[in-house]
Amino acid sequence: MKSLSLIPVLLVGFLLVFAAQDFPEWGNPQSPASKSPVSSHFIAETGVDTEVPNMVTAVLADYRGFDTMFETVVVFIAGMAVLAILKNSVKKGSVRFDHIVDVEPDLIVTNTVRLIVPVIQIFAFYVLAHGHVSPGGGFQGGVLMGASFILVALSWDLETALARFPMNRCIIVAAAGIILYGGIGLLSMFLGGEFLDYAELAKVLPVSREMARYHAMLGVEIGVGLTVTAIMFALYANLSSEGKLEGGL
Amino acid sequence: MFELGDILNDLFLERLNYLIYVVLLMIGLHAMIAKNNLIKKLIGMSIFQTAIILFYVSIGVKADATIPIYLPEHDPHGERAEEAGGPVALSVTEVAGYANPLPHVLMLTAIVVGVATLGLALALTQRIYQGYGTIEEDQLLVKLEREDGRTRKDEQPVPDATKSKSTKKTPTKRASKPASKKK
Amino acid sequence: MGLEIFNTLILLLLVAAALVSLRVRDLLTAAVVFGIYSFLMCLLWAEMGGVDVAFTEAAVGAGISTVVLVATIFNLKRNSSD
Repeated sequence: MKSLSLIPVLLVGFLLVFAAQDFPEWGNPQSPASKSPVSSHFIAETGVDTEVPNMVTAVLADYRGFDTMFETVVVFIAGMAVLAILKNSVKKGSVRFDHIVDVEPDLIVTNTVRLIVPVIQIFAFYVLAHGHVSPGGGFQGGVLMGASFILVALSWDLETALARFPMNRCIIVAAAGIILYGGIGLLSMFLGGEFLDYAELAKVLPVSREMARYHAMLGVEIGVGLTVTAIMFALYANLSSEGKLEGGL
Repeated sequence: MFELGDILNDLFLERLNYLIYVVLLMIGLHAMIAKNNLIKKLIGMSIFQTAIILFYVSIGVKADATIPIYLPEHDPHGERAEEAGGPVALSVTEVAGYANPLPHVLMLTAIVVGVATLGLALALTQRIYQGYGTIEEDQLLVKLEREDGRTRKDEQPVPDATKSKSTKKTPTKRASKPASKKK
Repeated sequence: MGLEIFNTLILLLLVAAALVSLRVRDLLTAAVVFGIYSFLMCLLWAEMGGVDVAFTEAAVGAGISTVVLVATIFNLKRNSSD
């Protein structure tokens, strides 16, 4: 019965291949995607409008800031949903028979991780702050920061990591990230512009209109980074311990 | 009329990469439909998502173009800007030297949403395992049908001859199933 | 010319990794090969000029996705029937 599913899959594949004949050649600068006025405007005017050298960060945080805000909200909702599904699903204190292990955290691993985790966190801050000039930005920095907490949870145990970043603080940090993002947008609205029109922030900051967009982008990326950090760690903590927040990998 | 040679040339020599993207999409789609194990279905979903992202990023490629970060000579804080007293908009030939940043931006969002979806789907899988004890689709279907049969029996009206007996069955284990581990 | 050969080679490896990840019976192996798939994608995008996308995929796909998959498999059964 399941082998019947091969037929629609092959049909769809054949249709896609048939459509692929009309695609432009790979790398052709005259293809419609590359010639479009929107992309040309982004490439040409990003320096003039925002003075940010990294076009991708400028488009992500400024020209398309609304998309990014709702993407952060989606990440937040996913974290909350995982929390809601797994909380109190298993009795606290019950351990599976095959998960009982008598080993202490290993000496070499813990000492190496003790040296490396601060470096990872500083690198995460660097990636976040330098996202205007090099590849990077809010998401990448946030994920690296969350990964540093996951590394602590993997080398010692989950309780050690949760002692440093408890679950209720995770939720507060995640919500603070979204409030920061929306707050910058609302502030621009109260100052007379549209929602997320960062140039209006030049009325409160002592910089020019272009540099106001530059600095507001940094604020917005910090908001995104906070939410992503908290949710990545919350995702790992709940999934590896089935919601009990003890034991785990 | 199409000639076979033309089609083969078009498909296999110039657009080979699109063919491989289609193959990846089909692998992911088939895995989502036909695999028995829930985790394999989720891996298929992830393969499907990343293959679409690969396709999108590849249409933003320009031959001999550099990455979408300003080179030092076009930098808004660089020498050309200082000479002109402010950042200068790029000309058309210079624009053609940079890769298209728009697909990159859209796909950044797609990647992050993909990992959020994967996390949520894995939480649901764990819950299913706690409730039913298996993550194979055929065994799950058998268990679900058995449960459906049991609830249908509960709802059938009892015949008149046994009216003296209590007709209300106590709520079955069904209601408390999520809290108990099956094994 | 060399770049196209590189691209085609990595794409073929990608297809192989996807097939292997779906065919092995052991779920832990499938998760690790899925990590390989993510890394190959990241390499491909870095070569195509999408450095931001490659960075994000390396952090999120090969990092978080693989770890979260392994953490889930730890709580489920390790063998699958197909």
